[in-house]
Amino acid sequence: MSKELLKGNIAIAEAAVRAGCEAYFGYPITPQTELLEHMSSRMLELGRVFLQSESEVAAINMVYGAASAGARAMTSSSSPGISLMQEGLSYIVGSEVPAVIVDVVRGGPGLGNIQPSQGDYNQLVKSAGHGDYHPIVLAPANIQEAIDLTVLAFDLADVYRTLVFVVADGTLGQMMEPAELPPMRALRPRPEWALTGKGERPQNIISSIYLSADLLEAFNQKLQAKLALIAQREVRYEAYQLEDAEYVVVAFGTVGRIAKTAVQNLRRQGIAVGLFRPITLWPFPEKQLSELADSGRIKAFLVTEMNAGQMLQDVRLAVGRDVPVHFYGRMGGVVPMPEEIETALAELVNGNGRLPKTILEGKNGHPTR
Amino acid sequence: MVTQLVEPTEKLVYQRPDSLAELYTHYCPGCTHGTAHRLVAEVLDELRLQNDTILVASVGCSVFSYKYFDVDAAEAAHGRACAMATGIKRVHPDKIVFTYQGDGDLASIGLAETMHAAIRGENITVIFINNAIYGMTGGQMAPTTLPGQETTSSPFGRDVRLTGNPIHVAELLAAIPGTAYSVRRSMHDARHVLQAKKAIQTAFTVQQQGLGFSIVELLSSCPTNWKMTPNEALSWVRDNMLPVYPLGDYKVPESLQSTKRGKRD
Repeated sequence: MSKELLKGNIAIAEAAVRAGCEAYFGYPITPQTELLEHMSSRMLELGRVFLQSESEVAAINMVYGAASAGARAMTSSSSPGISLMQEGLSYIVGSEVPAVIVDVVRGGPGLGNIQPSQGDYNQLVKSAGHGDYHPIVLAPANIQEAIDLTVLAFDLADVYRTLVFVVADGTLGQMMEPAELPPMRALRPRPEWALTGKGERPQNIISSIYLSADLLEAFNQKLQAKLALIAQREVRYEAYQLEDAEYVVVAFGTVGRIAKTAVQNLRRQGIAVGLFRPITLWPFPEKQLSELADSGRIKAFLVTEMNAGQMLQDVRLAVGRDVPVHFYGRMGGVVPMPEEIETALAELVNGNGRLPKTILEGKNGHPTR
Repeated sequence: MVTQLVEPTEKLVYQRPDSLAELYTHYCPGCTHGTAHRLVAEVLDELRLQNDTILVASVGCSVFSYKYFDVDAAEAAHGRACAMATGIKRVHPDKIVFTYQGDGDLASIGLAETMHAAIRGENITVIFINNAIYGMTGGQMAPTTLPGQETTSSPFGRDVRLTGNPIHVAELLAAIPGTAYSVRRSMHDARHVLQAKKAIQTAFTVQQQGLGFSIVELLSSCPTNWKMTPNEALSWVRDNMLPVYPLGDYKVPESLQSTKRGKRD
């Protein structure tokens, strides 16, 4: 395989195809529509299942059905569409079937806009449906990583029989850059729990109902044990120039990539800054961030996001009270320029771990667009 | 002395169909869900489909139907049975996939999923139980509730000026090109029960032949929430539901016209 120039949405779609996605269901919504369009030809070419559903509600329940039937199944959408899927997400986790969902996040709330945003952090990490669980949430920062994490998403979904999100944003979905696609994998066989017609074996049931409180609690305890295992095994993050860093910017996805440029520029000026980029938003790299805070070397953290500070809360929980955690964010579909993060970091350094009030308010003296 | 073996004189004429699990159901006494379950199971047995069938149960009184039928089964979210069945059928086009849904599930919250499954000509079978009420939640007004019918959420009787008229699912779906088979039957007496079974058999045959979406609407009783004895409830189906919901064949594929019942000139 060699690198080719790929658009994010199409790269994710083709990665899913090659990872052995057997059934895709989806509904058009900007900025993810090219993903659905790619699937509409590619899946049929390969004799696999593609269906444009009547709504996101139907799409997620078709995924639920196809996954129950033993196929590697997926859907993709963008923020309001993901909100519509919430009930289905919960059923999928509650009945322990694997499924992969791509969320190309756009600006909210409401109809918002179609610009890049990270406003779905809470929706995916904290509240992807009713009940006690978190889906696995993978956050790529470039197209190669989006490809690799899409393949990983299917594998993790299968291993843990759970829901895995790949969360991109309008930037990642729409941009083009060189990346390498994985080799085509064979479709995996049907799992033994799948609905295939019972034949001579006992009946298989896919259900999330436990009418007895004791049985439901027992299921929930089993689910929590599984989540604890995932939290222990599946944390992924990028540590960039953290070895001697005194100031650390924490950012994920597209903003993580922008922040890396800011870190590089400040490093050239001899300033000891580094980047901590969570790749799994759940499980969140809490322990790793906590250890970094406890190293005694870090003077301050700067969390930057394209939202009002949703991951910020997780960073604060991990870091604790001993090291200050500041925030710089843009909202409503505005993508920060590297200079903005650079300026915020530089001022944090100049203020010896304290940000001027103007920075905290995210206005005045900083490049705006 | 020679002991003479006596041939048993018992002849088995009635037993639990293989496609029904050996379980007590939670259905109320006099409820026709039991009848509908048995009819579907008998048809699955007779067509030898038990081992190749996947059921999608719904939310409502029939929520546990996945346990009562001894076939592979999923329990869908409220109203989403036809979407879930679509996902299953697309993965297993060679298997028989059917949903079992009540009127709140199918005709209210799940109307979009049901209509679009029919519009796509999804090759699945829908067993639709119409008892004019929300049973599991304790007797609220459904989209199928009769004009003037008192329920716990229409305590003064359904006022059609405020809540519209009953929805006619069999007629509605028959108008869709993707629907191959759409009929309404009743289960209020033995003759109608037998006609209902025949329709269920035709619906599964339609699916076996790959002809498209098939639905059997079954008028059913709910003695508990109608606050009647089982017999009164069956009479109520006959006297009050039949005039609003005419029995009939609203769409039958030409190739199966010979099985058409109650032909109206």
